Amino acid sequence: MKKIIFIFFINIIFLNKSYGLIEVDITRGNLDPLPIAVSPLHVDIKSDEYEGLKVRDLGHEISKIIESNFRNTGLFNPLKKEAFVQKPDIAHLKPRFEDWRLIKAQALVTGKLLVKDNKLKIEFRLWDLTAAQEMTALAFTTTPSNWRRVAHIISDKIYERLTGEEGYFDTRIIYVAESGPKSQRVKKLAIMDQDGSNTKYLTLGNELVLTPRFNPTNQMVTYMSYFRNMPRVYLLDIETGTQEIVGNFPGMTFAPRFSPDGKKIIMSFAKDGNSDIYTMDLDSRVVERITEHSSIDTSPSFSPDGKFIAFNSDRSGLQQIYVMRSDGSNVKRITFGKGIYGTPVWSPRGDLIAFTKMRKGRFYIGVMRTDGTGERLLTENYYQEAPSWSPNGRVLVFYRETKAGEKGEGFSAKLWSIDITGYNERRLSTKTDASDPSWSSLLSK
Amino acid sequence: MTLNKNLKNIFLVVFATLILSACSTAKKSGVIDGDVYTGKETVEYLAAGVPDRVFFATNKSSLTTASRATLRKQATFLRKNKNLNVTIEGHADERGTREYNLALGERRANAARDYLMTYGISGKRISVISYGKEKPVNPKSSPVAWSQNRRSVTVKVN
Repeated sequence: MKKIIFIFFINIIFLNKSYGLIEVDITRGNLDPLPIAVSPLHVDIKSDEYEGLKVRDLGHEISKIIESNFRNTGLFNPLKKEAFVQKPDIAHLKPRFEDWRLIKAQALVTGKLLVKDNKLKIEFRLWDLTAAQEMTALAFTTTPSNWRRVAHIISDKIYERLTGEEGYFDTRIIYVAESGPKSQRVKKLAIMDQDGSNTKYLTLGNELVLTPRFNPTNQMVTYMSYFRNMPRVYLLDIETGTQEIVGNFPGMTFAPRFSPDGKKIIMSFAKDGNSDIYTMDLDSRVVERITEHSSIDTSPSFSPDGKFIAFNSDRSGLQQIYVMRSDGSNVKRITFGKGIYGTPVWSPRGDLIAFTKMRKGRFYIGVMRTDGTGERLLTENYYQEAPSWSPNGRVLVFYRETKAGEKGEGFSAKLWSIDITGYNERRLSTKTDASDPSWSSLLSK
Repeated sequence: MTLNKNLKNIFLVVFATLILSACSTAKKSGVIDGDVYTGKETVEYLAAGVPDRVFFATNKSSLTTASRATLRKQATFLRKNKNLNVTIEGHADERGTREYNLALGERRANAARDYLMTYGISGKRISVISYGKEKPVNPKSSPVAWSQNRRSVTVKVN
């Protein structure tokens, strides 16, 4: 609280165009989550019924999604609605600031909605209760069935206004849904909203599928499949469901990822016991070989400017992380710490590389600068790997497995996320066991 | 002198006990040498006396003396059965990252394939596939289970 007030004063002193309104410092973790009141959105009584929707409850449901998004960031503390002092419609017109301050709220979200002629008209306002003024307001119209996305878009707008950073709520996560005994796992591609709702399965589980990754520019996905017992990289359009094999390689292709412009896939191709890194241009289908070394070279990941590639190689004996120019030149090892390193993933901001570290039988997810300095281990566990960045580069999602007993009992695989501050580690709810998560970019961008 | 002799005897006794206890701990875990599995559990046979799999050390794809003996038996068996083709499946244990393990499984399967080829089996008869850590034969999370899972398995195709 003190910190937020402090920041508030600083902002007043260095008056910017936003009149020094409240701001959430997201670089320090969740030491003082900002108390925020999310009033249920007022539902206009002139609203129509809409098939499959309880229109009367919609205002409440949307506010619950916004609250849950905020709570999950660890940066906000959504206050209990029982303590709210004003009716939603009146608060939305002009809140009695002193009343809301009484329940210790520093920010207030109000809104109203109308369902009419098969359209959802919705508006919201964000209020700074300390400065007693409106911070931002927005109105938009969409189809009523989009109401969950609307809640996420509102959450993004508020997050952006309060933190100064892009939000990540109107996003999806693609992952591998797992079921069945450990030695005969059934794996399917699954996709869900970032908050765990709207789970859909994209494959049936007839063949093993691994490592799905989003195209950062659209809703295409690349992944690895053992279709017809031929382990290959595939391209999948999640809107149309069409899929195709990537390239015409005479052996296993794996570890695929898109280039930042979404035009290439970078992956490993294994031949005669040696794995090297290749790219394929999706338009021209031209295949380029990037590494040529007798060691295992895999898990490639482009820098967001496309100029560099981080990858995993055991050319020094054990798994380490290397960085090279995107044409394969100038290879440099960047990890020299104790232990072995895998799964480098370049942050969308370009400043950090997330990785998995293995040491003395423990697994860590960490971040380091792109030259390997400034290593910070965020979380330690029995087994965890495969970090993927939120589109704003603030949060990592990864999967964690538990130890199994004699017959494989006690084994589970779940998705977890953690802030790059090292705070706010939490499990993502999934309908089944889950692994290999990949975070989409903002859908509404 | 006597004291010295006594001391020497004590040392000998201590030394012997150390060796014995080392033996007994090795026996307890039983079936691992270094960290390569040497037991018979999980092993199946292509024919009488021809084991279908060989085992590897952590992060390694080199063949042990025992592995080479097994593969020579497989080579003899394949020479006798000229129309038989095989797939070698390469596997890793669960204590590594998924993508690296796919590459490692491929390298292990190819180590076995290369050895069979040096014993005169045509590469055309041997395909390889890596499953990485995806198909453990023993689901337990223990050093013995992991050693059983670090394997390449020769499977008849036809």
